[in-house]
Amino acid sequence: MTMAKAKDMTGSSTVAKINLGQLARDNGTFLALIALIVINMVITPNFLQVQTLYVNLTQVATIAIVAIGMTLVIASGGIDLSVGAVMALSGALAPFVFLSEFGMASPGLALVLSIAVALLAGLLCGMFNGWLINQFAIQPIVATLVLFISARGLAQVLTNGNLQVFDNPAFEFIGSGRVLGIPFQALMAVVFALILSWVVRRTAYGRYLLAVGGNAKAARLSGISVNRVRLATYAICGVLAGFAGMVVSAINSASDANQTGQLMELDAIAAAVVGGANLMGGKAPIIGALIGAAIIQLVKYTLLANGVHDAVALIAKAVIIILAVYFQFNRAE
Amino acid sequence: MFGMFNRSRDLRTEGVWIAVVLVVIFATLRYDNFMGLYNVQTFFGYNSMFILIALGMALVIMTGGIDLSVGSVVALSSVVAAYTSPYGIEVALPAGLLTGIAAGAINAFLITKMRIVPFIATLAMMLGARGMALVLADNKSVSVDWTSNFTKFGLTRAFGLIPWAVILAALVFLALWIMLERTTLGRRILTIGGNPEAAKLMGVPVNQTLAITYIISGGCAGLAGVILASGFGAGQPLEGLGWELSAIASVVVGGTLLTGGVGSIPATLAGAVLLGLIFNILNFENGLGVISLSAYWQSVIRGGFLLIVVILQSRSGGGLVRRRSTT
Repeated sequence: MTMAKAKDMTGSSTVAKINLGQLARDNGTFLALIALIVINMVITPNFLQVQTLYVNLTQVATIAIVAIGMTLVIASGGIDLSVGAVMALSGALAPFVFLSEFGMASPGLALVLSIAVALLAGLLCGMFNGWLINQFAIQPIVATLVLFISARGLAQVLTNGNLQVFDNPAFEFIGSGRVLGIPFQALMAVVFALILSWVVRRTAYGRYLLAVGGNAKAARLSGISVNRVRLATYAICGVLAGFAGMVVSAINSASDANQTGQLMELDAIAAAVVGGANLMGGKAPIIGALIGAAIIQLVKYTLLANGVHDAVALIAKAVIIILAVYFQFNRAE
Repeated sequence: MFGMFNRSRDLRTEGVWIAVVLVVIFATLRYDNFMGLYNVQTFFGYNSMFILIALGMALVIMTGGIDLSVGSVVALSSVVAAYTSPYGIEVALPAGLLTGIAAGAINAFLITKMRIVPFIATLAMMLGARGMALVLADNKSVSVDWTSNFTKFGLTRAFGLIPWAVILAALVFLALWIMLERTTLGRRILTIGGNPEAAKLMGVPVNQTLAITYIISGGCAGLAGVILASGFGAGQPLEGLGWELSAIASVVVGGTLLTGGVGSIPATLAGAVLLGLIFNILNFENGLGVISLSAYWQSVIRGGFLLIVVILQSRSGGGLVRRRSTT
């Protein structure tokens, strides 16, 4: 049975006794997002402007992209602390390629190559995480701590800690381009989310992922290659982080190994959790991660647009995370 | 002396001491002033903050939990200590400590009463405490009162020899060591980490014990914040970024299982010292002028070092850092 069908069934069983409280609990995250939008319409000046939408879409995309990968990792029962550092590494590597002598000589090839190198770096980092966890049975939080510490260091060593400023309109399209009026990276976030939620629902990998996250031992006994599933999951997360790193560099027309992706692991975990991911594994609400990222972004925007101290936004974020997890837990009871 | 503390005489935790001794011997032979009084004083003075938060973190990890909030709590406590510094260290130190304890108590409430997993609860506290520090400090450093005795705590030495911060850290170290090895509370902490269900059935007050460990961890972070403000002359709302991960690394290097149930306070101290030594040695190495490693190499090397340690531990039969049920 697919997850969609399962959802339909629970939906129809509650129709008999329509219960607003139940409805609110089941769709809490989505309702929270709607509520945030309505509140903003009332209190935030110029909220319903296209410009506001662009600003928010541009800013939310990187969190959303990383949060999607994080959701898969969390679904496998793991965690990936290295995503922010991987962003810094990939974000620094891409300009490195097209700013090199070879890159200046043949810009077209260099552009393709730079994107490939950045994504490959993300892939390798993710596979390294997965390999450590599989091969040495190291806890994910420790295994990914290794790259959390050293991947940003590598990026800083590569760039000597300096900004790499560039002027490459083709590459900058990743961060500032628009397709049909929509920021490219926001579109990519949605595309990634749709593809991966299809993968989770319809492919063997998706079934295996949820099985591994739900009960790794049982999954192994039923013949699933737990190691291969984990490797693939961390690899996907790494590639998505690599992409997000390129987006940040492209937005700024510069790579900044010191700042790119700083604290992103926390935003991504928060978005995934607000979106309904369970740290114990076994649930992969990909679309939820998108909504979670949107909520975190909107709260930040609402407070900033209404002149609230930047730091208060951090406290608000903390409260949202606690409330989201608290209500999810109670629903599960 | 060691006979009293049998549980710390464990092959797994002795490895890190051997590493510390080897590194110290290497560095003493290679660098002239390594064992010099100035370097030793500065090293322990600066690392007392990291040792304190690693010790608190070790207790939390022994219960099978984690405390991601310590870095932010250090920042918050340093701001509070800076604001109370005109009243002297005898007020500012308790104020900073209480700040940390309050943060730890909120963590404990979220975890034991609201049943939120430690990773998420302390992640939220990490954001909340950072936000609170920035709000209180109005986004900038808060300079301390130089006329009171507050900065004397961070900048002078007891008997002209030992930095006060080191004495503070040493007292906490002894208290936690004895607590873990010799008291009921210590046994309960390890029992809960080993098997929470069994602990509950045995009548261990699980929630109460968990709450105490998070409060201790918060208190340690609070003391580290006082040292920070006093030693650097300012409450620093942006300091402490990533310190929680350094603390976790120290605990792991010290051989404490992240799954809980096993761990040692002295080995955690050794883990923190070992990680600190790497920085110290890199500074000396740069000073020799033979090689010139940028500061950025330090994080690469530190990560590589953590990698080697966890791999060695996972291979060495002891099954350290090994997941229990899933493999």
